[in-house]
Amino acid sequence: MTLRNRWRKTLSYFMLSLTGVCAVVAVSLLFLILGILVYNGWQSVDWNFFTKLPKPPGETGSGMANAIVGSLEIVLLATIMGLPVGFMAGVYLSEFGGKTFAFLIRYMADLLNGVPSIVIGIFVWTVVVRRYHFSAIAGAVALALILIPITARSTEQFMSMVPQTLREGALALGASKWRAIATVVVPAAYRGIATGMILGVARISGETAPLLFTSLNNQFWGGGLSDQTASLPVMVYTHAMAPYDDWHRQAWAAGLVLLFGVLLANIAARLILSRGIAVQK
Amino acid sequence: MATSAAVSAPPRRGARAFVRRLRSGDEIARLITLAFATSILLVTVGLVYELWSTSSLARQKFGLSFLTSSTWDPVAGQFGALPFIYGTVITSVIALLIAVPIGLGAAIFLAELAPARLSSAFTFFIELLAAVPSVIYGTLAWFTLVPLMRDYVDPFLKKTLGFLPMFSGTIFGYGYLTAGAILAIMTLPFIISISREALLEVPVEQREAALALGATRWESTWQAVVPWARLGIFGSVFLALARALGETMAVTMVIGNDPSIHASLFAPGYAIAAILANEFTEATGDIYLQSLVCLGLVLFLLTIVINALARLLIIATTRRGSAHP
Amino acid sequence: MSPNEPMIMSTANLPSASPAAGKPVKHPGKLKAVNLDFYYGAYQALHDISLEVPANRITALIGPSGCGKSTFLRTLNRISETIRNTRVEGQVLLDDEDVMQVDVTALRRRVGMVFQKSNPFPKSIFDNVAYGLKVNGFPGSLKDAVEHSLKRAALWEEVKDKLQKSAYALSGGQQQRLCIARALAVDPEVLLLDEPCSALDPIATAKIEDLLFVLKDQCTIVIVTHNMQQAARVADRTGFFLLGKLIEYNTTEIIFKNPTKQETEDYITGRFG
Repeated sequence: MTLRNRWRKTLSYFMLSLTGVCAVVAVSLLFLILGILVYNGWQSVDWNFFTKLPKPPGETGSGMANAIVGSLEIVLLATIMGLPVGFMAGVYLSEFGGKTFAFLIRYMADLLNGVPSIVIGIFVWTVVVRRYHFSAIAGAVALALILIPITARSTEQFMSMVPQTLREGALALGASKWRAIATVVVPAAYRGIATGMILGVARISGETAPLLFTSLNNQFWGGGLSDQTASLPVMVYTHAMAPYDDWHRQAWAAGLVLLFGVLLANIAARLILSRGIAVQK
Repeated sequence: MATSAAVSAPPRRGARAFVRRLRSGDEIARLITLAFATSILLVTVGLVYELWSTSSLARQKFGLSFLTSSTWDPVAGQFGALPFIYGTVITSVIALLIAVPIGLGAAIFLAELAPARLSSAFTFFIELLAAVPSVIYGTLAWFTLVPLMRDYVDPFLKKTLGFLPMFSGTIFGYGYLTAGAILAIMTLPFIISISREALLEVPVEQREAALALGATRWESTWQAVVPWARLGIFGSVFLALARALGETMAVTMVIGNDPSIHASLFAPGYAIAAILANEFTEATGDIYLQSLVCLGLVLFLLTIVINALARLLIIATTRRGSAHP
Repeated sequence: MSPNEPMIMSTANLPSASPAAGKPVKHPGKLKAVNLDFYYGAYQALHDISLEVPANRITALIGPSGCGKSTFLRTLNRISETIRNTRVEGQVLLDDEDVMQVDVTALRRRVGMVFQKSNPFPKSIFDNVAYGLKVNGFPGSLKDAVEHSLKRAALWEEVKDKLQKSAYALSGGQQQRLCIARALAVDPEVLLLDEPCSALDPIATAKIEDLLFVLKDQCTIVIVTHNMQQAARVADRTGFFLLGKLIEYNTTEIIFKNPTKQETEDYITGRFG
């Protein structure tokens, strides 16, 4: 083998191993992140964490019960507002859309999907908070606005994957169009649709920026949905940036709980989807 | 009975057809779903409108010089966007410079070399990275990455590359470079995921043709496969860029919050999303607030343009199925 | 009944709970095409088709790929409307009623369709067959009606123990017979079959052809096929399509033994197609 060929071969081995290193680095990042969070946070994730309110630094028995409940409230409200709208919009795009209008809606949805969530927060601030006040509802609106285009596009994507012949089969039996959609097309696509929804909800439950000027934060139990409300992501932020070690520990704990929830939802959704595609011939 | 005149295929014409459709429920279904779909349109229009009108004072006062002025003085009422645009762009560029090589490398490995099951498993974990919330990346960056940069990476860079202006200056641990580093980690999964798919679409014959001519495995990959997929890869880069520009929490936590422009990457700076996160609720006075909203508008426009480019590239790949010279 | 919807079925037309097995039911349903033109956008796919489908017979439509026979079939139950930008000129008459003037869902209950590739819904076998009945508001016993349909489709024995299983667990031939059972469940007067056996092996094909012989006593059958031998085997009348025109239409015997048009003879003898 000539020297040049030996060099080429060595280079080849080297570069290809390098790509392997890159891939290993990328994968290990996830475990690294989880590891660091667990290492720093597990001790503070105790019963108090889930049941007590945040205490001033230096006091023991601090928790983030209000943030956990607050997050659940806001995300639930956002889901109720956003999922049906997104789903229906997706159904329109896939089943009814005329060429130009559907194209426009699709374009707008993609546009919204690309807008930084903090800008959405500003928008909701101008429309809701400026007229009323900081509230959980405002936070939920912001999250819903993020959820709607995600859900619409993923619903559309999975519904258009349903083969046309299934629709025609239903129509040929005398079903009206909406009936065919509801009883054949949606059931055929439900795994993908459900996955998209779960992933969307998981995504918004981790969002911090849009909550910063809508639901703000609250060290105590809020006065209900129309009051400032604590949320887990915002708590992580405020506690991490504070100068107290106590609060840092709480931040780690909150981060761990938040990440755990988000990852769990993601894994569950992906497993549903992959099993579904295997079954669907 | 009926005439045999040309009847266009329903359901388009005629009031009679409309009533018939209405009765069958199809029209109602169409109208309901249409209403929901229109809400997306309304939100987008409303968003643009509010951003535009709520920044009107600032736009009138500063005009286009808003984009070029580097003064950010709430007390004096002088606001300029340049430090933030600079910070946003610099950190994103740093992120891409780190993430694209690693991401492309990983994508090549997953698409070309790894056996299918390993590739799927790895991709599964890498895509989970994209689900990690920004604030968690920020927390990690603040507590773990900053000391790492301050004590090891930055001094090393200063020692070896300190003659360059960007690697000189005081080391704080937080600043442009650290923000760029955490952004790199956050954008990595997108580059890997999309590039991998672009590479998987390359016809096997391309690689085989190169190998048949005596190319090494690496040469065939780098010179035949990757160029074929380059549109999709570029698309992934633009997408990652768009995300990096808009990332808020992680950047806010480690960029240092200094509204000025520095040449040194070790220096603290600011980004659009970061100042919005920090100062929006504190802004007193209309001009202050409206300048912030104007910043939001700038960010909005920036991300739209980059996203549109990204999508064009990715659509171009799937439609043509190959890179065009 | 409103003047706009003369074809809303009365429940008397639905299969009763205890049907007389195998007794020929004569439906007056005749299907007629009169000067039918069909356009995909600006492209004319069918030119001036006129033919009459006799009741209780099997009519086959043959011709090379792309000749318009499937397009024609799909105008008969207006399923062609699911594609955008299509236009029909001329008439299709069912029992001398223009199908364009009537409620399309009622039309499709009377004119059923079986597709080229079997398309069972992602539901159980039972729910597949029951679908048409549920959608059209069947008041009787679903269980009995489903059993009756599956028997008519000669599938009952093979699936009676696994009605709740997914339809996708069946073989290709079984799935197609399931689709036939599903179409038969609403007791159509006409059954349209679009190359139903093209994806099936010879044994499954034979089973379906045997089925058609039995079914024709109970309804009118129109079958599109690219397999000439199949047409020769099963059909009473055959129509030969070429480039969107109906070249010749006659009894099967004449078409195959003594065609009048040269193009027909060329096709039959295998000079093209």
